[in-house]
Amino acid sequence: MNRRESLKAIGIGTLSASALMASCKIKPTEDSSTNNESVKDTTGRQAFEIVRDKALLKETFFNSHEMATITLLADIIIPKDSHSGSASDAKVPDFIEFIVKDEPEHQLPMRGGLRWLDVQCLNHYNNDFKDCTTQQQTAILDEIAYPFKASPAMQPGVAFFNKMRELTAIGFFTSKIGIQDLGYMGNSPGKWEGVPEDVLKKYGLENV
Amino acid sequence: MQIKKSSSVYDVVIIGSGAGGGMSGYVLANAGIKVLMLEAGPFFDPAKDSLQLKWPYESLRRGGNATRPMGDFDAAYGGWEIEGEPYTQKDGSEFQWFRAKMLGGRTNHWGRISLRMGPKDFKCKTAYGVGDDWPITYDEIKPYYDKVDRLLGVYGSMEGMENDPDGIFLPPPKPRLNELFVKKAATGLGIKVIAGRGSILTAPLPGNNDRKACFYCAQCNRGCKIYGDFSSSSCLVIPALKTGNLTLITNAVVREILTGADGLANGVSYISKDDMQEYQVMAKTVILAASTCESARILLNSKSAMHPNGLANSSNVVGKYLHDSTQGGAAAILPQLMDRKRFNEDGVGSLHLYAPWWLDNKKLDFPRGYHLEIFGGMMMPGYGGYFGFEGVTVPYLNGYLPGPDGKMKPGGGYGASLKNDYRRFYGTMAGFGCHGTSTAREDNYCEIDPTVVDKYGIPVLRFRYKWNTDEINQAKHMQETSQAVLKEMGGISLMQPKGPESNYGLDKPGKGIHEVGTVRMGDDQKRSPLNRWGQAHDCKNLFVTDGSVFVQQSEKNPTWTILALAMRTAEYLVDQRKKQNV
Repeated sequence: MNRRESLKAIGIGTLSASALMASCKIKPTEDSSTNNESVKDTTGRQAFEIVRDKALLKETFFNSHEMATITLLADIIIPKDSHSGSASDAKVPDFIEFIVKDEPEHQLPMRGGLRWLDVQCLNHYNNDFKDCTTQQQTAILDEIAYPFKASPAMQPGVAFFNKMRELTAIGFFTSKIGIQDLGYMGNSPGKWEGVPEDVLKKYGLENV
Repeated sequence: MQIKKSSSVYDVVIIGSGAGGGMSGYVLANAGIKVLMLEAGPFFDPAKDSLQLKWPYESLRRGGNATRPMGDFDAAYGGWEIEGEPYTQKDGSEFQWFRAKMLGGRTNHWGRISLRMGPKDFKCKTAYGVGDDWPITYDEIKPYYDKVDRLLGVYGSMEGMENDPDGIFLPPPKPRLNELFVKKAATGLGIKVIAGRGSILTAPLPGNNDRKACFYCAQCNRGCKIYGDFSSSSCLVIPALKTGNLTLITNAVVREILTGADGLANGVSYISKDDMQEYQVMAKTVILAASTCESARILLNSKSAMHPNGLANSSNVVGKYLHDSTQGGAAAILPQLMDRKRFNEDGVGSLHLYAPWWLDNKKLDFPRGYHLEIFGGMMMPGYGGYFGFEGVTVPYLNGYLPGPDGKMKPGGGYGASLKNDYRRFYGTMAGFGCHGTSTAREDNYCEIDPTVVDKYGIPVLRFRYKWNTDEINQAKHMQETSQAVLKEMGGISLMQPKGPESNYGLDKPGKGIHEVGTVRMGDDQKRSPLNRWGQAHDCKNLFVTDGSVFVQQSEKNPTWTILALAMRTAEYLVDQRKKQNV
């Protein structure tokens, strides 16, 4: 099934379909480029890795509409709370922009999935996902965010949201904010003397 | 194009700088012998080049594996595939070949698991009725294991087990919390769990001022800046360079070993990656230690009038008897560890606990056995690497366990509740790898592909490797053991049990990265390329000192045995030179 057929299948009229087509032609713009860290420290890096990193940082994959939607979704998945900041505070969108270039197998599922989401919203609410009300966004996400109870018709959205959620979690919990949030206390020279006594006692493992 | 020939003649040229080549160079250089070492990759000094202590956010890919299969901080330069240096397969074979092209080779990133083979392992046919016996006994190699322990350092516990010999041990590290759960469960099923054995300095190494004791970052696979673990680069080649007797040429890709009209080796031809020129160097003796498969390739490509079937190959055995560890395993989330207390649980970058093979094969439908390598704990979050990030499983598991309020909710989700689930699940994963014995067989082999060359014009290897019924039965047993242990500790398995259609989860051959056996030793020159000293039957000034010399591996990881055998061969060569036999 090509895209034209799929649009027809979900009942989008000529006008909105052509509007979609037009938005599809938006060229990637400079403003959606990321502010990934430059590749300054090349200690221990192989020559081909340095060249590859520089090249990837110059490329832009997502357009500004896609980046805005990714940012919105990432912050819905991991919002600011009393412990730590949000996904975008941790620059998760920049990570996602980089990783889809680094691992191109994510590109089609992400681009297609974002499009699927927008088309669903256009169909139901006559707006792109990002321009829907919070209630509308919640309603559609609730249909794709629970893999074990989602309906068969929602499976493309489930697959997309699984990936979006996974990339968001990786991006967040490998950032400085996310690592502190998890409470990881290692990566610092010290002396490992085993599990603390109170912890062993709690689990009844003192004599194991 | 012309070939640049060196005018000087070295005493010994060594091909390769990994465990076997590094140890050979160390022994010879310290004995005052003039050695030239050729390494196919660049110079690598962990003190300068290691990515130790970097945070995931210091990597653009957060530790992901786009350019390094074991993660962005892993020390290995290379991987399963190398651009311009292919290998091919035969008969539907799926052998996986991991290569690290750099000073020290794969010892820069290896797991540091340092086990001795036991008396029965050297007499496999006699003890178990499969494979072949080695031409040497444990007692003959024991003094070299002892010397390797003293020279390089290994931690462990004295257990007195017959076929898992004790060494000269530094104190073992204490286990992590998750690992204790595995130990308790395994012990309850009659599986004896003991301290791991690893080449990491848990205490200062007596008499060695160049290396410092471990500071417990668990990042051995990145290479250690203070040389707190064993790498051939840091502990053998760099010290050998300091003697002034060892000359190192990096980025030197060996094409073939050269022989004279008398059939003896007299040098090596190589191409330099630096200038893409062809070179020849001359030596009185050649030591081959390019890695199990690469060494077979070099021998098979070294054809001459005296050695028409390839060098050291009148037996037609070179490349055959290729065998790798069997590999399976299991991982689980331990619900009892949800919301666990945080502390620095990095520990060492090798095993804290392991279970040596514990059963009697007479009651089983496969020979030999496997051991368990136990892992788990509050690891540094990261994308890629050996274990990845258990958080990826959270949206699939959070529907199986009650929330902090004691209520169930559907799996998946988003928002503050999901964010909290990631915290709650952090550090709850535990598991173990199963690593076992594959029997060396003539019909598992690598050979020269007659039609394919690499970018240097060197004919490449073609693999043929199939698991047999014994190995598949062993994998079935691994899976049964895994499921039983996971159940015993109340874990939620992260893997679906596999059926016979996928060999019960048995990994592809090569994935163990313990491949050995392609240039085996033996007293009968019709059945073995090398004699019991690692010296070629057909060419007395050619020695081999890498994993290719193995007659038969065991479930013990091979590196410590490669080091002991390489030391033994190098000392034999020193002795033979004194007696003017080579």
